[in-house]
Amino acid sequence: MHVGENLPLESFEQLAMPHFERLYNFACWLTHDRQEAEDLVQETYAKALKGFSSFQPGTNFRAWIYKILRNAFLTSRTGLKAAATVPLDLEDEEEALPAVNETPESILLRRSDGQLVQQALEQLPVAYREVLLLCEVEEMSYQEISTTLAIPMGTVMSRLSRARKSLGESLRLQFQKG
Amino acid sequence: MVCESWKTKLDTYLDGELPDEEMRSFDAHVRGCPSCSADALTRVQMKRAIQVAGKRYAPSAEFRQRMQQKLAPKPQRSFGLGWMFVAAAGVILVVGTLTSAYLGTRFGRDQVFSEIADLHVAVLASSSPVDVISTDRHTVKPWFQGKIPFAFNLPELQNSEFTLLGGRMTYLDQTPGAHLIYDVGKHHISVFVFQERSFKLPASLSENSNSPRNLPFNMETWSQGGLRYFVIGDASAADIDSLAKLFKAAA
Repeated sequence: MHVGENLPLESFEQLAMPHFERLYNFACWLTHDRQEAEDLVQETYAKALKGFSSFQPGTNFRAWIYKILRNAFLTSRTGLKAAATVPLDLEDEEEALPAVNETPESILLRRSDGQLVQQALEQLPVAYREVLLLCEVEEMSYQEISTTLAIPMGTVMSRLSRARKSLGESLRLQFQKG
Repeated sequence: MVCESWKTKLDTYLDGELPDEEMRSFDAHVRGCPSCSADALTRVQMKRAIQVAGKRYAPSAEFRQRMQQKLAPKPQRSFGLGWMFVAAAGVILVVGTLTSAYLGTRFGRDQVFSEIADLHVAVLASSSPVDVISTDRHTVKPWFQGKIPFAFNLPELQNSEFTLLGGRMTYLDQTPGAHLIYDVGKHHISVFVFQERSFKLPASLSENSNSPRNLPFNMETWSQGGLRYFVIGDASAADIDSLAKLFKAAA
């Protein structure tokens, strides 16, 4: 027997803390501001802790806590502002589009200029940025992304496709400028 | 073009999200198709670039510590747990009080041992035995950062019979130290860590020591890397020694 046995708080700490760094990184990408990101992560943990009794053990904790963070972001001032700048084609998502096979991108990528990719990511609309980060950085499955963003799987696929295309175009523009 | 139908699914393929059978067909096609393999290579490069660029921000140590302190649950005693501690404390406190009264007349080494025994007993009698409750050493160790003026390592307990319960700050001779509590079977063991130079230990403690015979606990103490360790509990001497060895190996 040990002191923490059957204490939900201990379980919460064990489940939640391993995601701390990643959640903070994701929060920074959403808010573009470290202080706001800290506030967002704190709010996320506070909400998650408060609602922990509703979390069903055995289900996907990561998707659950990311969803809380994203919802908290969307209701924040920055989030509301970001949501107001939805790209025109965002909801026109019946068909997944193939990403363009661009040689300028591959040249840029071969140059390993991480800063350019970071800039391109920053300039993406938040709806594209978040889906791309969840897929590539968090390595979430489409199902997890679907749960986190509360959108159907088909939308995950088409939004990812558009996000990749948009990122490619942004890189191509930077290449042309440079 | 034949490849167009493949290319519409290339990202899904590279994300590993196609059904197994389709994944196998795709593997075969990409291996044999220069256009699709070149396209796949570009997209893989893009995926890697996003992955690297996307891991951009790391929280400050201060923020991490703040969050850990917030999340470290305040001890919430269950009825069963409280009962256990009260019962254990009742028995041990009597023994401990008698022991410390007896030991109080002694000097030097035994006096330090008696103070350590008192700390051990007092904590077991407390309704809040630990301030950071966690079985994870990676949670407990950082909790002490900024609270005590030194760092120390906690041993890996996998494949051992010990369980880490948590930790708290403690004081000996008015100097701060770490107090960790472990379980082995139904016994509690305390491990204390202090800076060796921070308080005057009797000369007899300059070498590794075992507990005096008149103490109702088993104890082991040693100095390592400028730190003084005490392992004490009512567990068997062999268990105390095993835990001490784990600490020595981790230091």
